[in-house]
Amino acid sequence: MIIETEALRRDFLVGTRLRRRRVTAVEDVTVSVARGEAVGFLGPNGAGKSTTIKMLTGVLVPTSGRASVCGLDPVRRRRELARRIGVVFGQRSQLWWDLPLRDSFDLHAAIHRVPATRYRDRVDECVALLDMASFLGTPVRQLSLGQRMRGEVTAALLHAPELLVLDEPTIGLDLTSKERLRSFLSEVNARGEVTLLLTTHDLPDVERLCRRVVVIDQGRVLVDDELAALRQGFAGHRVLVVELVEPVPPLLGLGGVVDVTVEAQGLRQRLEFSPGATTAAELIGTVAQQVALRDVSVVEPSIEDLVRTLYYSR
Amino acid sequence: MARGDWLCKVAELRVGVGSIYPRIVASRVRSQLAYPVSFALDVVAQFIGQSIELIVILVVFTQVSSLGGFSAAEVVLIYGLSATAFGLADLSVGQVEELPTYIRTGEFDVMLLRPLGTLPQLLSADVALKRLGRVAAGLGVLVWSLVTLDIDWTPARTMLAVIAPLAGAVILSSMWVAANAVSFWLVDGREFANSVTYGSNFSTSYPITIYGPWLRRIMCYAVPGAFVAYFPALGLLGRPDPLGLPELLQWSSPFVAVVAVAGAGLVWRTGVRHYQGTGS
Repeated sequence: MIIETEALRRDFLVGTRLRRRRVTAVEDVTVSVARGEAVGFLGPNGAGKSTTIKMLTGVLVPTSGRASVCGLDPVRRRRELARRIGVVFGQRSQLWWDLPLRDSFDLHAAIHRVPATRYRDRVDECVALLDMASFLGTPVRQLSLGQRMRGEVTAALLHAPELLVLDEPTIGLDLTSKERLRSFLSEVNARGEVTLLLTTHDLPDVERLCRRVVVIDQGRVLVDDELAALRQGFAGHRVLVVELVEPVPPLLGLGGVVDVTVEAQGLRQRLEFSPGATTAAELIGTVAQQVALRDVSVVEPSIEDLVRTLYYSR
Repeated sequence: MARGDWLCKVAELRVGVGSIYPRIVASRVRSQLAYPVSFALDVVAQFIGQSIELIVILVVFTQVSSLGGFSAAEVVLIYGLSATAFGLADLSVGQVEELPTYIRTGEFDVMLLRPLGTLPQLLSADVALKRLGRVAAGLGVLVWSLVTLDIDWTPARTMLAVIAPLAGAVILSSMWVAANAVSFWLVDGREFANSVTYGSNFSTSYPITIYGPWLRRIMCYAVPGAFVAYFPALGLLGRPDPLGLPELLQWSSPFVAVVAVAGAGLVWRTGVRHYQGTGS
């Protein structure tokens, strides 16, 4: 097991000195992750994902419980662990903002004492896969978010970590950037070199990368299961959004549709359907026979919806 | 901790210092020299800033003939030692002032994720070369007063003249690191830390004889400001201490510097532990 935790708990004291309150960010997290796995770590805002990650990477000491990553106690052997894992935070940078991306990589490799030949190969490979050649000489502060994230992920992989932890890696990225990052990470993981642990609010991230998901809410593990199984049981409903040429009454009585919402004076209707009963394609076909369509889109259930469904189904 | 573990740590520290930090610092320096004109202006501004304090001293001496039993030239020597030490300390650990910012933005967490110590990372995160202006101002005054004062040069005094500003810089650096580490405990630690930093600049520039007995004791034994300039200046001048303190103190700045470093390291480590215990 590359990650093992046992009843991990973390309290914070908040408020002023006079009115201190004890808030439990992580109450009881017991998970283990095997080498080579790709695990999605999900939960709504404030569920305790980031706090758990900080405890796994040696940034925070657990209030109680035990964590072991790469066989090490994360806080006590922080530096040793740092050589063996890579961490990417979507919202903060590990690159040097005033240096060109290439120089940032050089420094990062020097800090991790990556042998020169292996470093070259690694950078060249990432540059090719993530299409970074055009902006390697640009200072990090001038990069777009998508470019920077590609740089962050490359930096985190330079020292060939056993475990890559990604905290919201696709936050704020456009669709193309997201897709590029996902396919890269999925390839890296498929080669079996690195274990992935990622938190995200983006369900497609998880679908693309993870076979297994751990859902936490209010500091506790709610579900720890294969994604497929989870989807089967709780995936909830998808929504077909149809934009119409002219307003029509609500499209009731279609097979598999459980709820219809009318928006924009009848110009837009949201058809909620259960994936087990019908498919998006089938539904679009049926609707198109009845009314003139301008546009259609399918909305996946969000992580929040998923977690909510999970929560109420207990 | 197992013995092998410890040896490993020492080796790591050595390799780390030997290879990484010069590269990081070099990268910082390069980025500053990218704008040579603004860099030059910054250096000049720092030079002037430091020189203004000298003018204050000279103005005071137009009204009095001695300050705490010291002549104008002697006070200028103390000032020169203090200013050089301050400039060197500011150049090397001035970045520690930014700790609250690093904590607030989460960049401190990023430092914890690198296989390096947090303090060296913070100090090398930015090396403001403009502070060379301060060093230049202090050094100029120091050299000038060493030349003009009637100093009885012995090998020991020559050594002292070279080592004193360095030891002083180490003492001041340690004081600042320790003072800024309060930010691990207090959200608004910056004010306290600044008062130590800039207070130390002012207070070490004058003979401690001008302070009341309590302040003197604090500067000798608690916060070792008197070892930055006052005691070494006495040693250089060959004067017995007007307060009757032993001559040994005049030569002990390097020793005090070593103790100060150890103390500051301990405070910093405790601070980081506390941070990991509380989080942001």
